[in-house]
Order: sequence, then C-alpha cells, then structure tokens
Amino acid sequence: MTLTVQDVVAWIKASNEKMQANKDYLTTLDQAIGDGDHGINMARGFQEVVNKIENQDYTSSSDVLKDTAMTLMSKVGGASGPLFGTAFLKLSTAVKGNDPVDYATFTNGLAEAVNGIKQRGKAAKGEKTLVDVWSPMVDFFNQEADFHTDKMAEEAKNAMEQTKDMMATKGRAAYFKERSIGHIDPGSASSFYIFDALADVIGGKA
Amino acid sequence: MSYVGIVLISHSPEVVEGIYDIIHQVIKDVPIEIAGGTDDNDIGTSIDKIQQAIDRANNGKGVLVFYDIGSAKMNAEMAAEMIEADDVRIMEAPLVEGAYVAAVEAGMEKDLENVAAAVTKAFGS
Repeated sequence: MTLTVQDVVAWIKASNEKMQANKDYLTTLDQAIGDGDHGINMARGFQEVVNKIENQDYTSSSDVLKDTAMTLMSKVGGASGPLFGTAFLKLSTAVKGNDPVDYATFTNGLAEAVNGIKQRGKAAKGEKTLVDVWSPMVDFFNQEADFHTDKMAEEAKNAMEQTKDMMATKGRAAYFKERSIGHIDPGSASSFYIFDALADVIGGKA
Repeated sequence: MSYVGIVLISHSPEVVEGIYDIIHQVIKDVPIEIAGGTDDNDIGTSIDKIQQAIDRANNGKGVLVFYDIGSAKMNAEMAAEMIEADDVRIMEAPLVEGAYVAAVEAGMEKDLENVAAAVTKAFGS
C-alpha cells in the first residue's frame, strides 16, 4: 500500500478534525500539568494548516507536509509549534521525490521526524513528552512490513496511555515533578490523534 | 559607532517591555529589541517576532538573545537557524540580570564573544 498526495492531504485534514473535536479534552490535560493552552493551540494551528492546504493543487506529498510544518511552526504557539513543525518538516524532506509514498519511505520519514523532535526539544524517551508516542511508533513501523490500520491506532493509543505513569522531566510539566504522574501528557495525546487520523485515512482506502 | 545588540524574549509582551525599561534607564546606546508574546500578543512566543527582533538588533556586531522559559528557547533556536547568521548567540542566563550585564558590557564597545563571555562568567553556565 502507498500514500498518494490526496491521502496525505486527507491525513492532515483528519488530524485537524480530531484536534477540533478534542480541543477541550487536550486543554483539560494541559491544565493539569502545563499552561492549559494545548487544545486551543493545536486546534488553531491545524485549522490554519487546513486553510492553507485546502483548494491547492499539490503534486507532491512533500509540499503538503512542508506547508503543514511551516504553518504549525508559526501558528501553534508554545513548544508544540516548533516540535510538531519539525516532525512534519523532517517527514517532508524524507518523502521528497517519492510519490506515491511507499511504506519504507514513510517509515524512514517517521524515524527522521523523531530524531528531529528529540534534537529540537533535547528530549529522550521516558520524559513524558510527545517523543513517547512518536518513538514507539517508529519501532512499530519498523517491525511491520505494511500499514496496519487497527494495530497502528492501538499502538499509538497504548503509547499515549503509558505517559500517564511517567514523571515529566522535560517541557512545562517538568516543573510539576512528582505531581505530573497520573496525567496523560497532552502532546502525546495530540500525537495519538495524528496517528489515529492516519489509520482512519488508510483504513478508508482498504 | 555600533554595539552588540540584545534581544529579549518572553511569553508575555509586558515582561520584556518592563525589562527594556529597566535597562534603557541606564544604557541608551545599545540596540535592545523585544519579542514578547505571540503574533496576536497572547501568552506565548513567535518565531516571526523573534526573527524580526534579531534583524533589528543586529548592526553588524552580532546579537545576544535572552529568553524566559521552555518554548521561548526552542523558538529562538529556530529563528536563529532561519536567519542563518553565525553572529547570533542564545544565552543561558537569567533574563533580567543576564540582559542587564550584556547591555553594560556591550555599552563598553566589547565584541560579541567578549560580551557573551562576561554574561557566562557572571552566571556560570
């Protein structure tokens, strides 16, 4: 199975729908251990992305992902802008010239995205950040040989839920130290929606 | 005569306006530019604002950038990368005192490396 330019556009749009639908939930998560603006920021940023990419005649997935990245960087605000922006920018670079995007190229792009997030945020696994969803997803993609929609969504959900018992040592939640334990990391939750949206789009093709 | 420039970044526009006032009361010649809040002046930081502040503060002598918390540093790093200048330094120092030390040192017409070294020496990072 491969991802066409239209699939990538549909993925970003589906991600936006999930951000809008879960805006209040993401904000509630962020109010517990952060500054309480994650839902608003992600919903605003992804809406701006969709405004930018819809009605455009893209011929490459890389261009869609690049516009997504640049818009997220400048419109999300907070740490999520540079982090999610970097992820999509790395993915954009990795898939350049490979339309439609095959599984191996996409998997490699995800690995590049995680490296980008880690570098930008100077974070590693286990610090209760979005790395804790993106990094296990790279492992999952590496283990599989093709897009498995149900397993993909389930894997991302499990990874997100595991952040609940972690103590934050990076990001705004780190100020809360032990009190960050018992809450799902907001950035991991929004990362789950992005993978869940991807599973939906691929599932719709099957 | 030109001096090393200083950029102040905060999640709040009022915070950097206040710091600007504190420093400007004493140091009037050094270019000090502020990038506070998001594009809509909400709480947050903006890569665009930071980039513009760095450009304005740089008179050819380079710029030291001071930030408050978390994402401000990430956005400062991205802004510096986008400008592709090798004379922009993001400083690890308390925002108010760090910028104050830098302004005093820059006012003595020291170059970028020496102003940065003075700040690092004062705050041991």
